[in-house]
Amino acid sequence: MISVSINGEVRQFDNLISVSTLLEQMQLTGKRIALERNGEILPRGQFNQQLLADGDRLEIVVAVGGG
Amino acid sequence: MATDLKSLSQSVAVNYGTQLMNKDTLLIAGKSYNSRLLIGTGKYKDFNETQAAVGASGAEIITIAIRRSNIGQNPNEPNLLDILPPSKYTLLPNTAGCYSADDAVRTLRLARELLDGHSLVKLEVLGDPQSLYPNVVETLAAAKTLVADGFQVMVYTSDDPIIAKQLEDIGCVAIMPLASLIGSGMGILNPWNLQLIMDRVQVPVIVDAGVGTASDAAIAMELGCHGVLMNTAIAAAQQPVLMASAMKQAVEAGRMAFLAGRMPKKLYSALPSSPTSGLIS
Repeated sequence: MISVSINGEVRQFDNLISVSTLLEQMQLTGKRIALERNGEILPRGQFNQQLLADGDRLEIVVAVGGG
Repeated sequence: MATDLKSLSQSVAVNYGTQLMNKDTLLIAGKSYNSRLLIGTGKYKDFNETQAAVGASGAEIITIAIRRSNIGQNPNEPNLLDILPPSKYTLLPNTAGCYSADDAVRTLRLARELLDGHSLVKLEVLGDPQSLYPNVVETLAAAKTLVADGFQVMVYTSDDPIIAKQLEDIGCVAIMPLASLIGSGMGILNPWNLQLIMDRVQVPVIVDAGVGTASDAAIAMELGCHGVLMNTAIAAAQQPVLMASAMKQAVEAGRMAFLAGRMPKKLYSALPSSPTSGLIS
């Protein structure tokens, strides 16, 4: 069991899970998002290979209206 | 015949203005823009209103914010980038809400990834949540990091001419001083400082924040500012789309008046507009 913080919310996963599988579970596949893992940008091209690790902190962002 | 001549001369005047304005572009980081009005996309009722206001404003550079995505709780959430596609507008991601250089830099790195490497950004680091006054110390630090990292930084700052010059020296591509506090609608409180900034920096000076109504935007342009960036003045108007149109015209009118060169101000004039000779007696 691993714990991962996603946008400040801690979630548990039974098995090793890739970033792209996580995004699929959150219905974010193909959406215009950007992702930071432990303070570093994770390029879209690496979503498939990268497996989440216990204690990872993810930030997933979108564009919203702003001034 | 008289009517025809009149309409002809009017159309010549209009065309002259249009031609002049077509040549008079705003150059930022090597790219030219026809519109000198930049607008934000926050505080609108919905995306339809955002889209209509952006359209009416004629703005080509549109600011956006970067925020946490929903993580599955709202899969059908509409996306701003679908209604304001990067192919049609120059999207300017901002760092509104950031109170440290580190947060601002992180936010803009995420924005660059989100927008496929787009490097033109708006840096703003705030000092306190009541006034939203910029923290220039953090702003300077963030600007250094971002410029070194290849960003083209348009920077929101106070109207301090010394800080403005330092930001230009760091390599910022536009200096964007406040006219008054963000969201205040107080207009241009210190035109003399804006003048001091324009006298000192070579890059475009764009008034960002404080504009309340069309005349404020026109005054900024008449002062010689290269552009105006606003959000609340349009979004918080009773009729935002109508105000967006008013702002478009105000920025154009102010720019034309600046280029035309206004008459000098004087307390009174001994030269009436009508001839002093040929008066009946």
